[in-house]
Amino acid sequence: MNDHKDYQGAKLGMWLFLFTEVLLFGGLFVLYAVYLSRYPESFHKAGQDLNPVFGTINTAVLITSSLTMALSISALQKGNVKLSKILIMLTICLALCFLTIKYFEWGAHIHHGIYPNSPDLLKLPKGEIVFYGLYYVMTGLHGVHVLIGIVVLSFLWRFVHTGKVSQNDCVMLENAGLYWHLVDLVWIYLFPLFYLIV
Amino acid sequence: MSYRALITVWIVLLALTALTVWVSTIHLGFLNVAAALIIASCKGLVVVAFFMHLKYENAGLKTMVLMAFVILAIFIGLTFFDVVYR
Amino acid sequence: MASTASQPVSFLQDKSRGSGIFSWIFSTDHKRIGLLYFWTILTMFGIGVVLGLLMRLELIAPGETIVGAETYNVFFTLHGVIMIFTVVIPSIPAAFGNIFLPIMIGAEDVAFPRLNLLSWWLYIIGIAVIVVSMITGQGPPDTGWTFYVPFSEFTTSNVTVAAIGVFIMGFSSILTGLNFLTTIHRLRMPGMSWTKLPLFVWSLYATAWIQVLATPILGITVALIVLERVIGVGLFDPAKGGDPLMYQHLFWIYSHPAVYIMVLPAMGVVTEIIPTFARKHIFGYKAIAVSSLMIAFAGSLVWAHHMFTSGMSDTAVMIFSFLTFIVAIPSAIKVFNWVATLYKGSIQVEAPLLFALAFIFEFSIGGLTGLVLGSAGTDIHVHDTYFVVGHFHYTIFGGTMMGMFGAMHYWWPKMFGRMYNRGRAFLAWAIIFVGFNALYFPMLIMGLEGMPRRYYDYLPQYQNAQVISTVGSWVLVVGLIIMFYNLFSAMKKGKPAGRNPWGAATLEWTVPSPPPTLNFVGQPVLERGPYDYKGVVVDE
Repeated sequence: MNDHKDYQGAKLGMWLFLFTEVLLFGGLFVLYAVYLSRYPESFHKAGQDLNPVFGTINTAVLITSSLTMALSISALQKGNVKLSKILIMLTICLALCFLTIKYFEWGAHIHHGIYPNSPDLLKLPKGEIVFYGLYYVMTGLHGVHVLIGIVVLSFLWRFVHTGKVSQNDCVMLENAGLYWHLVDLVWIYLFPLFYLIV
Repeated sequence: MSYRALITVWIVLLALTALTVWVSTIHLGFLNVAAALIIASCKGLVVVAFFMHLKYENAGLKTMVLMAFVILAIFIGLTFFDVVYR
Repeated sequence: MASTASQPVSFLQDKSRGSGIFSWIFSTDHKRIGLLYFWTILTMFGIGVVLGLLMRLELIAPGETIVGAETYNVFFTLHGVIMIFTVVIPSIPAAFGNIFLPIMIGAEDVAFPRLNLLSWWLYIIGIAVIVVSMITGQGPPDTGWTFYVPFSEFTTSNVTVAAIGVFIMGFSSILTGLNFLTTIHRLRMPGMSWTKLPLFVWSLYATAWIQVLATPILGITVALIVLERVIGVGLFDPAKGGDPLMYQHLFWIYSHPAVYIMVLPAMGVVTEIIPTFARKHIFGYKAIAVSSLMIAFAGSLVWAHHMFTSGMSDTAVMIFSFLTFIVAIPSAIKVFNWVATLYKGSIQVEAPLLFALAFIFEFSIGGLTGLVLGSAGTDIHVHDTYFVVGHFHYTIFGGTMMGMFGAMHYWWPKMFGRMYNRGRAFLAWAIIFVGFNALYFPMLIMGLEGMPRRYYDYLPQYQNAQVISTVGSWVLVVGLIIMFYNLFSAMKKGKPAGRNPWGAATLEWTVPSPPPTLNFVGQPVLERGPYDYKGVVVDE
């Protein structure tokens, strides 16, 4: 059995998995594109109900979390285990921050009676119903991925701590980083499509 | 990548974010969507090339990444031949 | 086979990593995982066949024969879901791809053996969830395997659970594709360049790309069905501004490429069999490799030919019709190359060759009827008729499953170290061939004459064809029983087979039959190209 690990192979495998994520969200982007073209005014109107301040803050939060993620990999590659762990922790904290803001955003909308199949939602023009349907599904699916990322990064923190992931064998951290950057990438598209469509 | 390079990338991303927010305040009609998507794609390219290290990977991997996005674009594009011409 | 001083223990018998069922269902050995898939797939095939027989029994006479309309809807839904998701899509890649891909490229295993085991477990869990959907809630789904909205949104049958089962199985398929792509890119032995790969490997490669890129769209689509039913999101519901045609677009964006997931590996099997039994180098190696990639790519552009009569725009109808004609070209290239390989070859008539020839004949009929369907004008006449049912059974059953049976007969001696009875294999093949065509050819005629699909009742004018078709199903099943009896009895009682009973040139025929757990002793040596028969010693 070949016991030596295949760094390139592990990375290739991760990229292939990321392709599946691109296509998974891609299906929803197909729907968004079609419905935007069909209901431009409703999308613009409903988009105004989303708070661009929160959206922008969350974008900055995720971009920064991508920075801390990338820095943690560089730190480990330079042999700085302690810094790497701190940066992984920071990434997790920023991710939790993102989810908290999202929780308040969703909470506000739900409190105002706007959620899938709610009576108040169904009274709105059809385009706006579709907008909110896409909003909840796409940011919801994205949020699930953020949550999964937090779990994965927690495991990685542990692996770096125990030395299972190290300066000489850090492909798992790099792969976790690839996943995390994809989560950031999806949001980079979600942000303007929902918050800046005004 | 060096810490400095990564932080530079971060600043570029924040700057592009500020740019896209600012552009959205100017009323350009349909062009607002195009502008937002173009700027988002620039940010995306930066994330993929630098944070995800693709700039330094082999040509095969770069082709695969391109193909994945091209396929998605084709799915959207061909669907539009239905939706737009109904 | 017992181990001797010179022969290592076969992977079937190897107890060095434990014995009993746990050493199988938790094995990371690609050969054991492949066999686990194989037995599960055959079991699900049996269940699907029984459902098919019940459907044919209902249709032997107009009116209600054995079941009513609602039950009939459940039958064709389950038949489709089981056959497509649990049998045909995994079939050749998960069973034969798993067992033989690593050996064919000179590797010890796939790139991610534990992920491979996870793939099988997800497949099993997916099946379990579908079984749960059949016995809980308000009964098994009755929407057809296509789960079209709005019916799938509102029917009280257990669509939600079934959709979750399909999602899980999609994940299994994705992981297999991911594993095979990495394996082929990274684990080829020294000397095994891309142009020396067996064409079966090329077909698995093209298939894996479709698995990775198309299946996620199925995932999101069934997830949206679940969300529609559970929280009422309404993205496909016109009352909430949604578009039911968008469901069809998303569904077919996966499900059309899915048929190429089904057929490309079977074409790969045929491409292994034909040169071996013509004892002649494959005609047009590069053309066949490239055509596999072309089919995968072009096949991803044609999905809306399932939607010509759905109300989508005329522009889209014309564009998708045009694109559909293009995908026929690389398939035709393959057929030409297979025939050209046989021409002036030294033909040895054996069971694998018979199934490969049946594939070519039946898949060609399927492909030609596909042109009738792909041409928008004629499609209006035959859409949703039995012509479609005949078409896809010719391509999927006459194509992929004939390829699967061919693979079974080709690789059986390698997998089990035993040869089956040649005469019985020929007899089974003949009965299957007759039964298959009796079952499905009348459907093409019925469809042209207007018999709608998914109907349990019909006008008396169709009865003659329906009776022939039903009798054909019985003949087919007799053939299948003889075939499986022949193969299964060979496992224990067949004549012991040597390393290379067919005189083939790919690497799996250089290792013992059955292979040991460790595929190769030391570094394998590549002595010849995959279709260089010069100097190949037949070892029966």
